[in-house]
Amino acid sequence: MSRHSLDAKRLLCPLPVIRTQDKVKQLKSGDQLEVSCTDPGVMQDIPAWCRINGHTIMSTQENQGVYIIVLEVGKNE
Amino acid sequence: MSEPKKAVALISGGLDSMLAAKTILDQGIHVEGINFFTGFCVEGHTHAIRKKDNEKAKPKRNNALWAAEQLGIKLHIVDVIEEYKDVLLNPKHGYGANLNPCLDCKIFMVNKAKQWIEENGFDFIITGEVVGQRPMSQRRFAMPLVAERSGADDLLLRPLSARNLPETKPEREGWVDRSKLHDFGGRTRRPQIAMAEQYGFIDYAQPAGGCCFLTDKSYSQKLVDLWQARGAREYELDDVMLLKVGRHIRPKPHFKLIIAREEGEGRFMEGYKNDFISLHCSSHTGPLALIDGSPDAADLELAAAIIARYSKGKDEEQVEMAIRTKDGKESRIKTRPLTAEQLPKEWFI
Repeated sequence: MSRHSLDAKRLLCPLPVIRTQDKVKQLKSGDQLEVSCTDPGVMQDIPAWCRINGHTIMSTQENQGVYIIVLEVGKNE
Repeated sequence: MSEPKKAVALISGGLDSMLAAKTILDQGIHVEGINFFTGFCVEGHTHAIRKKDNEKAKPKRNNALWAAEQLGIKLHIVDVIEEYKDVLLNPKHGYGANLNPCLDCKIFMVNKAKQWIEENGFDFIITGEVVGQRPMSQRRFAMPLVAERSGADDLLLRPLSARNLPETKPEREGWVDRSKLHDFGGRTRRPQIAMAEQYGFIDYAQPAGGCCFLTDKSYSQKLVDLWQARGAREYELDDVMLLKVGRHIRPKPHFKLIIAREEGEGRFMEGYKNDFISLHCSSHTGPLALIDGSPDAADLELAAAIIARYSKGKDEEQVEMAIRTKDGKESRIKTRPLTAEQLPKEWFI
């Protein structure tokens, strides 16, 4: 298991979701990805994307307009 | 025993694509969704930008993701921004009422879906198209055209209108039961609404004017203005996004102002302060404005007077305006805000 990060700041949804999706494709099951965004819509969209694609949200937080979501990659099929 | 068949459904986030996918899921087919992001999708951007949307009781959501979750299917969102430029700039079948190349757009998306099923080992494509539902891409003659020109041919199944259309391979081969597909047609929404009720789909998206900014007259005018001002029909994603926000005022051919209409837009436009000269009223509360173009000193004075009109100091004799260059140097000028009468209607794009 390894930890990765993705800077999706300044992008508006659905681009942060697309970048997350593309990054997750390169990772292995159990890897964690920390995504940093500025569009508050990601707090809704990335968890929804994770739910339908079998990944797990580990944490979400907001700090001065930056939204940080950590997810764990499920089965990448 | 033969392998279970797999279909990819074009999911826009609207009701029809959702019902089409559900119809095929009910026949035991493995369905996954695909959604193409062109840059012009109403979905997402505007909801994220505008404060008034943030304050609505409903949380912001991406309707394609929501639809996929309701259906219990995976959704693949594909960035087609670059490839889509050719569709918009050179539509073989022309535009609709505005800059919407609906027929070319549908052909493009079905073609992309065809590529996707080939790469991912899927068997056929489904869409929520209904014969006669929309004026351009869903006219009766357009349906076979989309199938043919996309290269999908008889691998393209429209479950909501299938019994009004020639048999496709999934029906012919018995992968799906044609008798359980639908025969919807025309502009009525009643059958879809009844079906949504039957499945318990409530709160589905019903975007007024469709899901694409290119169907919007005002948006299309701004895009044409952008091309005219640049002397070239070209655009980048940032252009597309900035056309969605603010008042656009072009006092002279070589520059225009983008003035935030509310806090959410202002916050979004803050992200562009290193790409454009920006102004705001420093003596009173007022919106952020970006200047697209190459204004000289006199132009900046005019811009300041226009932008001051949208500040709380609009009725004052004089207000102070802060001008920030792209590299962050700030200067201040005093100006008298223009009155409504001094702002010609022709300046508004």
